[in-house]
Amino acid sequence: MSSSYDYDDGSYDSRAYPSSAMGGGDVGYDPNFVPDSVKTFVVHLYRHIREKNVYEIHQMYEGSFQRLSERMFRESPWPSVEAVAPYVDNDHVFCLLYREMWFRHVYARLSPTGRQRAESWDNYCSLFGVVLHGVVNMQLPNQWLWDMVDEFVYQFQSYCQYRAKLKTKTEEELQLLKQYDQAWNVYGVLNYLQALVEKSTIIEILEREKDGLEQFTATDGYDYEGGSNVLKMLGYYSMIGLLRVHCLLGDYHTGLKCLAPIDIGQQGVYTIVIGSHISTIYHYGFANLMLRRYVEAIREFNKILLYILKYKQYHQKSPQYDQILKKNEQMYALLAICLSLCPQTKLIEENVSSQLKEKYNDKMSKMQRYDEEAYAVYDELFSYACPKFITPSAPVLEEPLTNYNQDAYRLQLKLFLYEVKQQQLLAGVRNFLKLYSTISLAKLATFMEVDEATLRTILMTYKHKMHAVGSDGKSFSNSDMDFYIVDFEEMIGELDRANLD
Amino acid sequence: MGREREPQQQQQIPYTVEKLVALNPYNPDILADLENHVNEQVSSQTYSLDANLCLLRLYQFEPQRMSIQIVARILIKALMALPAPDFSLCLFLIPEQVQMEEQFKTLIVLSHYLETARFQQFWDEAAKNRHILEVVPGFEQAIQAYAIHVLSLTYQKVPRPVLAEAINIEGLSLDKFVEYQVANNGWVMEKVNGRPQLIVLPRNEFNHAELRKSAAEGIPLEHVTRLFPIFS
Repeated sequence: MSSSYDYDDGSYDSRAYPSSAMGGGDVGYDPNFVPDSVKTFVVHLYRHIREKNVYEIHQMYEGSFQRLSERMFRESPWPSVEAVAPYVDNDHVFCLLYREMWFRHVYARLSPTGRQRAESWDNYCSLFGVVLHGVVNMQLPNQWLWDMVDEFVYQFQSYCQYRAKLKTKTEEELQLLKQYDQAWNVYGVLNYLQALVEKSTIIEILEREKDGLEQFTATDGYDYEGGSNVLKMLGYYSMIGLLRVHCLLGDYHTGLKCLAPIDIGQQGVYTIVIGSHISTIYHYGFANLMLRRYVEAIREFNKILLYILKYKQYHQKSPQYDQILKKNEQMYALLAICLSLCPQTKLIEENVSSQLKEKYNDKMSKMQRYDEEAYAVYDELFSYACPKFITPSAPVLEEPLTNYNQDAYRLQLKLFLYEVKQQQLLAGVRNFLKLYSTISLAKLATFMEVDEATLRTILMTYKHKMHAVGSDGKSFSNSDMDFYIVDFEEMIGELDRANLD
Repeated sequence: MGREREPQQQQQIPYTVEKLVALNPYNPDILADLENHVNEQVSSQTYSLDANLCLLRLYQFEPQRMSIQIVARILIKALMALPAPDFSLCLFLIPEQVQMEEQFKTLIVLSHYLETARFQQFWDEAAKNRHILEVVPGFEQAIQAYAIHVLSLTYQKVPRPVLAEAINIEGLSLDKFVEYQVANNGWVMEKVNGRPQLIVLPRNEFNHAELRKSAAEGIPLEHVTRLFPIFS
């Protein structure tokens, strides 16, 4: 550390601070003013990074940064990177990391301007560029590397929403959209994530690990032999990032394909950081729901909801806590949808089940019916719990300007409700069949108030819808109860309870 | 039964385009290659979902480059891939206003009939729209394969009229069709005096409780009901 700056080794964030410069909101914001506590912060962080002290980096990243933000930068940005650069040897990579945090803070607490959004994109390009060229030898905490990928995708999504609201844009904002037409370009976003996956050779690493030729999971992805974990972990998390981007685009098949190298049936590196764990399962479950693989979705939602139930108390102080709770609620809603379409209640753990009842008992019984109200509940829960779908194409900047930020969401909702409608008679079949081990078609038709030909189509629909096609191309059943039509030899009395299993 | 995803007559994909897609999943420069590949799939009766989704993705990113004709072909191919959910997978990527095109509305209706096993309505509607469908060879056979798949999930023995309706074949042609299946695919004809003919479909895990493997492992099967139709 060559910095000549004389910092106090004490606790930088409890240090007294001249209150006049700050605290007055952005009125008094001077980007060039670097308070002592920030000097201390960057100097320490810089030193820990150079010394590869992952533990201390993590403490500063999760602890100090949040505390300083909370205390001093509630309503204004952190000092500009130019102002802090002299305290960290003008270190190029450190400055990129600092700016990444700087923008993240602006997104989280303030609202970014169009220019800041574009500048943040540039910063990610430079940062990932450096990583991809292999000149980084740092060791960073998994939490931070996850946050980078997660934030990158979040800012992309946010930008797509932002630019789609054309009606309310000022002349200047429209000008900026034209000027920065490459910012957050969808090809760019996908190709950065893809490049990180490829360049890190993470897929090969995971393959080699299966044969015992490599250690990755055992070391939580860290490198204890003097190397860097940055590219490897960014590559790993980028697979989850790609799953999320594809879900935002409505491309569930491709999303799941991107995640496939990670075996989510096992403990893995993706579960170390809770944000990564939740994001993975939320998107995995949602994609499976849209592919009609309900059992798969139910199983994974059940597991993660149980996990959150047990461990959320340990995350109360985490900056991600609100996000954890939000996703938790959304996944209960998705679980309620899955179970209404495919009642596999035996797959649900007791505690999760009682939570679910508390939250959605009424709604779930409504969804069992097949009237407009049932439909409205599906609509409500889907809208509440779905990802924030985006339209990826560039805006058409010609008059008349329209808002199209809802288009993608409306399409996914409509197609989902279409599926619900195709399945709306199946709950009825299920209820009747539960009562009988054998029954004649004629009788069942009378119960269901349809003619026999219609009944046959309903029964076939049930069979078709309760089968999903897996990623291996094979059909499998999702059903908790089943039936088959034998022949038309004779009519069997209604309560012939011959056990057929 | 574990039906493989490609309906019988759709052959495997030439590996070169697969490779192109694998190496360039987000590269607009391969758009023309992918469009050509769609036409190839049509003429050679092959199918590649990944390549087609990749093309739809590029259209989604640059709507001005979209070809309606190519999209229609992709959608027809996706219908032919039933019972796989490929048709929905494609619709998820096609903007709503594009789906308003007349021929796409027709395809969506056809998909709806197939998804809800209303085969008679499907064949009626398909007959009215032959001009859209006939560009893709093998369409009827692929749908017939799907219909038989759904029947065999549901029935142990199918009455001849039900089969006839589902695959849209009657009379002598149906006799021939069934004969072929008897010779090659383990179907059995059963004649009972004075009753419509029954066709016994091969036993599989979906129409026989005792063969039911838990493909989705550990799912408790609560109940199996046998349904006995009667003909008056």
